[in-house]
Amino acid sequence: MDAFVALANGMAVAVQPMNLLYALIGVLLGTAVGVLPGIGPALTVALLLPVTYKLDPGGSLIMFAGIYYGGMYGGSTTAILINTPGESASMATALEGNKMAKAGRGGPALATAAIGSFVAGTIATIGLAFLAPWLVDFAVNFGPEDYFALMCVAFVTVSATFGSSPIRGLTSLFIGLSLGLVGIDKLTGQARLAFGIPELLDGVEVTTLAVGLFAIGEALYVVSRRHHGEEKLEPVRGSLWMTREDWQRSWKPWLRGTVFGFPIGALPAGGAEIPTFLSYSTEKRLAKHPEEFGKGAIEGVAGPEAANNASAAGTLVPLLTLGLPTSATAAMMLAGFQQYGLNPGPLLFAERPELVWGLIASLFIANVMLLVLNLPLVGLWVKLLAIPQPWLYAGILVFATTGTIAAKPSVVELSMLAGFGVMGFLMRRFDFPIAPVVIGLILGPIAESQLRRAMSISLGDPMALLQSPMSATLLAIALIALVAPFVMQGLGRFKANED
Amino acid sequence: MSELPHAPASRGVDSAGVVIAIALAAIAAVLVWDANQLQSNNPYGMGPHVMPVVIAIGLGILAIGNLVEALRGNLPARESADAKAVWLILGGLALLIVIIGLGGGFIPATTALFVATATAFGRRAILADLAIGLVLTTLIYLAFSRLLTLSLPAGPLERLL
Repeated sequence: MDAFVALANGMAVAVQPMNLLYALIGVLLGTAVGVLPGIGPALTVALLLPVTYKLDPGGSLIMFAGIYYGGMYGGSTTAILINTPGESASMATALEGNKMAKAGRGGPALATAAIGSFVAGTIATIGLAFLAPWLVDFAVNFGPEDYFALMCVAFVTVSATFGSSPIRGLTSLFIGLSLGLVGIDKLTGQARLAFGIPELLDGVEVTTLAVGLFAIGEALYVVSRRHHGEEKLEPVRGSLWMTREDWQRSWKPWLRGTVFGFPIGALPAGGAEIPTFLSYSTEKRLAKHPEEFGKGAIEGVAGPEAANNASAAGTLVPLLTLGLPTSATAAMMLAGFQQYGLNPGPLLFAERPELVWGLIASLFIANVMLLVLNLPLVGLWVKLLAIPQPWLYAGILVFATTGTIAAKPSVVELSMLAGFGVMGFLMRRFDFPIAPVVIGLILGPIAESQLRRAMSISLGDPMALLQSPMSATLLAIALIALVAPFVMQGLGRFKANED
Repeated sequence: MSELPHAPASRGVDSAGVVIAIALAAIAAVLVWDANQLQSNNPYGMGPHVMPVVIAIGLGILAIGNLVEALRGNLPARESADAKAVWLILGGLALLIVIIGLGGGFIPATTALFVATATAFGRRAILADLAIGLVLTTLIYLAFSRLLTLSLPAGPLERLL
């Protein structure tokens, strides 16, 4: 019962008044920013990173936990009330939730999303607490070659395996990997791709990249297609409360969504998109009134919302135990750790247990706060949604650039921010996925240093990668995951030709 | 999701796709050129030039893959875009960079961006937006410098506060 003791210690850290306050600020900021249309949890974390610069690591990570869950909660509110999902994982929620809002049942839709997120988040965080120590014991024996192989798996699965086009996904990843090369090489002290510009010696900031790609890129994209019409905000009419029937129709989808979300989120399987859609189609199949789907079925909100939150907690499993981010949001969390020189992984569990377990415990607290605060406060969040679009995006851009100006007020850094914004716009326009760029940037340098460590242990013999059974297996998985989508595409084309 | 029915794409060369492929090849070339300038006096293990070359090879292959897709016209359909609005926001960003670079300070720089963005989104009340932008950015400046003790660049306007 190690996990219980560790979790209890973490709880003792998390309930200190100062830390409770940090969690509360995190939850409120996360919801307020996450509720703005077009802002997903990853951007919420990226935008709010500068706010935590001056805090101590413990308090800052606890605030992060609140921002993370708050951002998810805010995102689902937006999906339900104006049908602009900030990220693909909220698409299923938007599908049914917005129909419910249009039919005057926005209150119950928000309520089932909130309570479902709470149920799923709580169960999944318990799963995290019990799985993490076990995985840490396992990962302690990992050599650098095993870590490198594991990162190869993550690279392939987040970019190629589950996206709509493996070529475009891999292109995004390799752009991220190229950006990751910029700066001083830590082993030899030589500058790579700095072109004599001193600001580039430190490398590309993850926050600059993420804010450019997500915030500025999104604003440029939205303004470019403004003449295609704007989504309307649905007022929350009627009761906020769920009826007896709503409860009966919701509790099973919550649990099923959790079962989909947590394991898939914990595997490097490309984020929350898959479990939310699996949950949506399952609920549609199992529903007593499948004809309601597409017209506002509460099951279609309850299940995917639970799956989304459970998978968010799931992605924390590889992040905390292995230092492996498998979603853009997790990559931003990793950037948050790195800002204090902390590297998540087995070592952090051993050296700073109060930090890691304090964070896990605050996830529970953030969840409770979201449930208690946000249902009554929903009217306030809706007011934020009612800000006219010109001021909204102008404000978002001001806030987005403020973060970079506060961190590094240089012309080079701001030009990079604008450049990444243009890149984000073009990637949206040509349908390249964005998350692999962020993951490539943050994980590429780590993968390289693990590979070089492995190579110097083996005196430069690349066969060392295949001699460890663990890394050989993982590399084989990576290869299969890389080839599979191309084979499937080929088969699909073959079938299409036959038809 | 991938189940979306693939529209029988307009079979024709997509010139934007060709440009993307050329850009990827160019990045690959820069990586190799830069890697060649590094010294590798690492007898055991792997020098700093290996990873750039590996990534460059990957980018080269992807450039070919993107080129094939572009020549087949397999790129996703695009809607018409309002280029003027995009350039307005980019102009606002450029103005922000210039003002910060010349030491004009945080408030004028971000106010310029605010007004440019609001105009790009269809507002036609520059004076009112200017006032709103000034108030908003002054509040942000005060919050960052007083509450978070993070220093933002100060120009003549900020020194009055």
